Amino acid sequence: MIENRPVSTAVSHLVLLAGVAIVLFPIWITIVAASHDVARLLEVPLPLGLGDQFFENLKQVVSTGVEGSTPIGIMLFNSLVMALMIAFGKITISLLSAYAIVYFDFRFRMLFFWMIFLTLMLPVEVRILPTYEVVAQLGMLDTYWGLTIPLIASATATFMFRQTFLSVPDELLEAARIDGAGPMQFFFDILIPVSRTSIAAMFVILFIYGWNQYLWPLLITTDKSMVTIVMSIKGMMEALEETPKWHHIMMTALLAMIPPVLVVIGMQKLFVKGLTETEK
Amino acid sequence: MSHILLKGVEKIYPNGYQAIHGVDLEIEEGEFIVLVGPSGCGKSTLLRMVAGLETITSGEVHIAGRKVNDLEPSQRDIAMVFQNYALYPHMTVYKNMAYGLKNLGTAKDEINRRVGDVAKLLELEDLMQRKPKQLSGGQRQRVAMGRAIVRKPAAFLFDEPLSNLDAKLRVQMRLVIKNLQARLGTTTLYVTHDQVEAMTMADRLLVLNAGIVEQIGTPMDLYERPQTRFVAGFIGSPAMNFVEVKLSDDGSKFHIGDNALPLNKALDTSQSEITFGFRPEHLVLDDHGIIPLKIALIEHLGAESIIHAKLNNSDDKSSNAITLRLNGHTKEQNGNIVRASIAPEHYHFFNQKSGHRIRS
Repeated sequence: MIENRPVSTAVSHLVLLAGVAIVLFPIWITIVAASHDVARLLEVPLPLGLGDQFFENLKQVVSTGVEGSTPIGIMLFNSLVMALMIAFGKITISLLSAYAIVYFDFRFRMLFFWMIFLTLMLPVEVRILPTYEVVAQLGMLDTYWGLTIPLIASATATFMFRQTFLSVPDELLEAARIDGAGPMQFFFDILIPVSRTSIAAMFVILFIYGWNQYLWPLLITTDKSMVTIVMSIKGMMEALEETPKWHHIMMTALLAMIPPVLVVIGMQKLFVKGLTETEK
Repeated sequence: MSHILLKGVEKIYPNGYQAIHGVDLEIEEGEFIVLVGPSGCGKSTLLRMVAGLETITSGEVHIAGRKVNDLEPSQRDIAMVFQNYALYPHMTVYKNMAYGLKNLGTAKDEINRRVGDVAKLLELEDLMQRKPKQLSGGQRQRVAMGRAIVRKPAAFLFDEPLSNLDAKLRVQMRLVIKNLQARLGTTTLYVTHDQVEAMTMADRLLVLNAGIVEQIGTPMDLYERPQTRFVAGFIGSPAMNFVEVKLSDDGSKFHIGDNALPLNKALDTSQSEITFGFRPEHLVLDDHGIIPLKIALIEHLGAESIIHAKLNNSDDKSSNAITLRLNGHTKEQNGNIVRASIAPEHYHFFNQKSGHRIRS
């Protein structure tokens, strides 16, 4: 529907601007706080304009890190490894299970599908104690495996890929069968390339999910070298029995925001296509 | 020796629905066989059973001398063209055509050569690096055929390949496919619901109705001597006219309403209530004709005129719709009452109950 009414255009712009302001304001405060020195941040009222300490703070955080905390490079690296392992692990497992559920006619197929679906109700926060116990028994505390494996099974991604596969025309499978492609060849040569955009969309969502993990890494990492950046921010506020170094904490938060933003920007086109495209 | 052989082929779905009732068919090498019937008659199912995409409940399918009931589609030495082409959307035209050969483990230069040959044959050379999305409907159709031809299969299977094309292109592609098939000499099974397509392309036709074979024969066979009322009504456009008539006691004439039409030869039937069929193109306007008609509507097509009329009878019970097909432009008007006649050699008679043809 295309309308040309100035009032409604103005109103809709106002609403959108208000929405943008609500989203951007906290980020602006983060940038502002990262650009002052600590003394200014403890005064009231809080500054709303940029200070002149931004690059000074950046240098400080990047080179020496926040006092009492792991160096920022290691934390960023840990977060990146965790987010990538979770994203790729979830995608691999979900692709395979969706493939089995959609294309193979085995006994209790729907039972398995609903069992996978039911796990939506059991995120890691609900099963945190038994899961911790299992990971501890397996000796995976303070490892990347321990950080990621309990989070990898994904009902959401399985469900999403199931929908994608269901929308792939049956004739493609039949044509591939006549062309002599076996199940694995069909999967790799046809199905995955055809589902490329959905996989990309899922990757964006899952990368951010992995990056933002807080409670689970907090529980199973005790070694400082395994700390992820998101969980470290909370730690910085309580680390020392002195006033929190807000300028450095905010700078860390800012750095923690960058990788997900880059992933979203870089994959935006595929992301939108993957979620909206209906024709395969 | 027949190239494709179907022996008592049946299909019963797990829910008990029987889609195909005992089909027997022998296809000679190089023959172009068209499976035709209304939608839902099972023609696609039958083709897919030959292809190996549907299981065969009972009966046997042989291709090139091998029983293929339990073979995978890829082992049956067939190639199929689908209604929506089913090209791999992420592969270029070249890769689409090469994929089957690659899976067979064909050597690279051999693939190159064969794909190149087929591309030349189908005039696809300039499109080899394009993706299916960048092709028009007709081009996609040609790629789908190319993918089939490249394999050099024992048989081509076509599943309504032209129904996604516009009318003009369809007529063109009809010729292209027919010519190609004649040139390659590959045995072909072709499914369509379009009887014009069926008539123009087939060496022999198989008319299927509700999973039962109505008749197998050459197009002219089916047109001139339809064995059942269904075939008579299905083949030919506009469709054959049918009138329920009464045979006289001595069998020498029959009545349409008040009018008696003489028969040259007695009919081979014991029934007196039979169905009389005659084709629109065999009706001639004739002032002394014996069939009175009231014109309801005239369609002017330029080369011919189609007249939709009703039997103009005193008893209005048998007010059957009758279609006439006249050459050229007619001066008749809607509502006119005319008379028409038919030469006796164009009479068709069918049993009212069984629908079978009655011989004379």
